[in-house]
Amino acid sequence: MISERCAACKNQRRKCPSDCIFSPCFPANDPQKFACVHKIYGGSNVGKMLQGIPTYLREQAANALYLEAKWRIHDPVYGCVGIISSLYEQIQNAEIELAKIQTQITFYKLQTQRVEAEPNSEVLQAQSSNMEQFEWDNPTIASWFN
Amino acid sequence: MWFPLNSDAYTHTHMTHPHTFLVMKKSGGGIMKGYEPRSSSSCAACKFLKRRCIPNCIFAPYFRSDECKKFAKVHKVFGASNVSKILVEVPEDQREDTVNSLAYEAEARLRDPVYGCIGAIALLQRKMLELQHDLAIAKDRLARYSAVAATADATSLITSSSSSSDNIFHFNNSQVSLPPFPEFPSSSDFNDTAAFCHASSSSSQSFPRHDTTVVDDFIQIPYIF
Repeated sequence: MISERCAACKNQRRKCPSDCIFSPCFPANDPQKFACVHKIYGGSNVGKMLQGIPTYLREQAANALYLEAKWRIHDPVYGCVGIISSLYEQIQNAEIELAKIQTQITFYKLQTQRVEAEPNSEVLQAQSSNMEQFEWDNPTIASWFN
Repeated sequence: MWFPLNSDAYTHTHMTHPHTFLVMKKSGGGIMKGYEPRSSSSCAACKFLKRRCIPNCIFAPYFRSDECKKFAKVHKVFGASNVSKILVEVPEDQREDTVNSLAYEAEARLRDPVYGCIGAIALLQRKMLELQHDLAIAKDRLARYSAVAATADATSLITSSSSSSDNIFHFNNSQVSLPPFPEFPSSSDFNDTAAFCHASSSSSQSFPRHDTTVVDDFIQIPYIF
């Protein structure tokens, strides 16, 4: 049974050995993946990078390289760094908005506490006037406390 | 364009063009009159590649002679020929930004050989989801507080216009209680990020999520295209 060459070996027009480092990461059915990566990084650089990574992580590394290469082809000036920059801006704006809303919540909390406190002072005044009335009506008992 | 990482890759390159350097030497060399050392006019790229730096070297404006580390990182990840191909495709006024973004990517790739910049994007997106979640909760709380405050103001207007003092006591004795908050998903549970996307009402972007690896998430990101 003749095994099919991987996308990398097809692109490079060479024989695909059984232990080809690219074959698990760049299957033959997705030639665009290796083409993008090859255009930006070069085949040898990709091979060196994959060699320095444990085998079980190579496919994920290849996928990450593919995404970065795709974004760099789409935006040759900023690549995926443009996305990072715009995410940072979005996060900054969201943090500012959150801080504003939390300030407003604190303001409302303080206002609510103030409203709850003011009626209590009026109640106390009313109670003290009631006490005075009580002392007037019951001078004997009131004198016990003096 | 703002480059967020604090890295020596982000020092602005104010490269003195070799031509300008030669003019300066002719106009007032002083001590160095008549002596032009070849190595000092080479850019970092040509120094690294051990070749003569020609006057219109494409790397010279962006890799100063003292920025060898910057070029070394870019060369390790991308390769000199690929970098020059990218620079040639880009207008001259944008080449400095291009070099800086390449240096940033190379730095990120060397720090994280598996995910590179994708790892940084993943972290930022998760932070963004956290913030959207917190914003949704905060906006809901603010709406409740402002509704309560509006009710309290309306009630105080009614009681102040009334002549009966008993109304004051009724107002004072009334218990102002806030309705319970709805249960939001825990902010520490990021495995089920689809719940956050549905719970968030402030963001117009939706990130279709899969409970798989970091890289698989970004294959679904649509906004770049």
